[in-house]
Amino acid sequence: MTSGPLVHLVDAVVFANGFPLLSGVDLDVAPGTLNVVTGANGAGKTSLLRLLAGLVPLSSGEGSVCGIDLARGDLRQLRRRVGWLGHEGSFYADLSVAENLRFCATALDRPISQIDVVLERVGLRARANTITKQLSAGQRRRLGLAWLLLRRAELWLLDEPYASLDDQGREFFDDLLADVTGAGATVLVSAHDPLRSARLNVASIHLAGGRVQRDEP
Amino acid sequence: MIRVAWLVARKDLRIELRSRVLLWQVVPFGAMALLLAGLALGPVHAGHSSAGPGLFYLVMLFVALLMINRSQVLEATSGTRASVAMLGLDPAGVFLGKALALCVELWATGLVLLAGTVLVLHTALHGAFLALPSVLVTLAALACAGTLYGALTAGGEGAATLLPVLCLPAFAPLLIAGERSFSAALDHGGLWEWWVIVLVALVAYGGVGILLYGVLEES
Repeated sequence: MTSGPLVHLVDAVVFANGFPLLSGVDLDVAPGTLNVVTGANGAGKTSLLRLLAGLVPLSSGEGSVCGIDLARGDLRQLRRRVGWLGHEGSFYADLSVAENLRFCATALDRPISQIDVVLERVGLRARANTITKQLSAGQRRRLGLAWLLLRRAELWLLDEPYASLDDQGREFFDDLLADVTGAGATVLVSAHDPLRSARLNVASIHLAGGRVQRDEP
Repeated sequence: MIRVAWLVARKDLRIELRSRVLLWQVVPFGAMALLLAGLALGPVHAGHSSAGPGLFYLVMLFVALLMINRSQVLEATSGTRASVAMLGLDPAGVFLGKALALCVELWATGLVLLAGTVLVLHTALHGAFLALPSVLVTLAALACAGTLYGALTAGGEGAATLLPVLCLPAFAPLLIAGERSFSAALDHGGLWEWWVIVLVALVAYGGVGILLYGVLEES
């Protein structure tokens, strides 16, 4: 476990195609906490999460995630320790649910026997042999959660995970996030809904114009 | 690296078996192209033409371009790309795995089209058997080069247009060497000089892919 903040950004700037996606973000996230990232469309929520996942490079400023320097560290190593769930389809559409998870488990040296456990947890056990492209959007979200549970990541980065979920799915999601933070993981979840942080009773990280404004719960 | 290569190759081949793009789209396209080539040559010339090896490799080139595109499309959606990137797989292993899967697919297609060359273009069966090892090695080199160039164009706008243009200088020597060795097999001539070219290309593209695939993925 990393001592100090798990996420530490100082004046972090990210450019893409000459356009600033993040324009000087200062942020500290303590280990074992649940954090909601809010902001309008284009505020930089996805870019912030992608930076923390090591999927986009830090253009200037300083930053570290799980003790790994975002500018000079081994981003491949960082990615193995971080779980990412984007709002796009994230799996091989022609593989079954179980085959997708087996690919993930083998790649990360996780026991295959855990696949049934995580599928049971997210309510997809009966769909284990279903081809992924035949799943509904909400079921694909649950598959994403199963993928994250299988990874046992230190840091969960969830980009708009509530999209495509019904009320029951959202409650399930909230309960699961509470469980994983209780077990020691750190979670950053982006959400359009500003009331989501109140529902979760956690601090929100509000982004505007590529910068952070932090509110207390 | 070998473990990752095996994992990626099995995944790509499993997707291919499931989607059956190779079976229902690529192989029929190749067979149709060979048949049309035979019809274009006419019944007299098809039986006596020395164009069989060249036409075989020309059709294999078209088929290879389709399959390289297909191989990259599997990883092309940004969600899948991000999810797989988060697994932190060894890029050298990913390259080898994708090249291996593509190679198996090219071999399967190549065997069907080789039989088609014998049937449609009346290429000597004995010569086709003699040419088989050189065909397999040439297709393996095509798979390595194709995987490398496929990664170079992946995700870019107009990738399907750019891929053949970029591949042409890499594929041309392979096709020439493959065609020459196939023709030499039919004429019972010497094969070794052409084998050397193809083997050097296989090692070179394999080596460059192992070294550079990670850089291409990150970019």
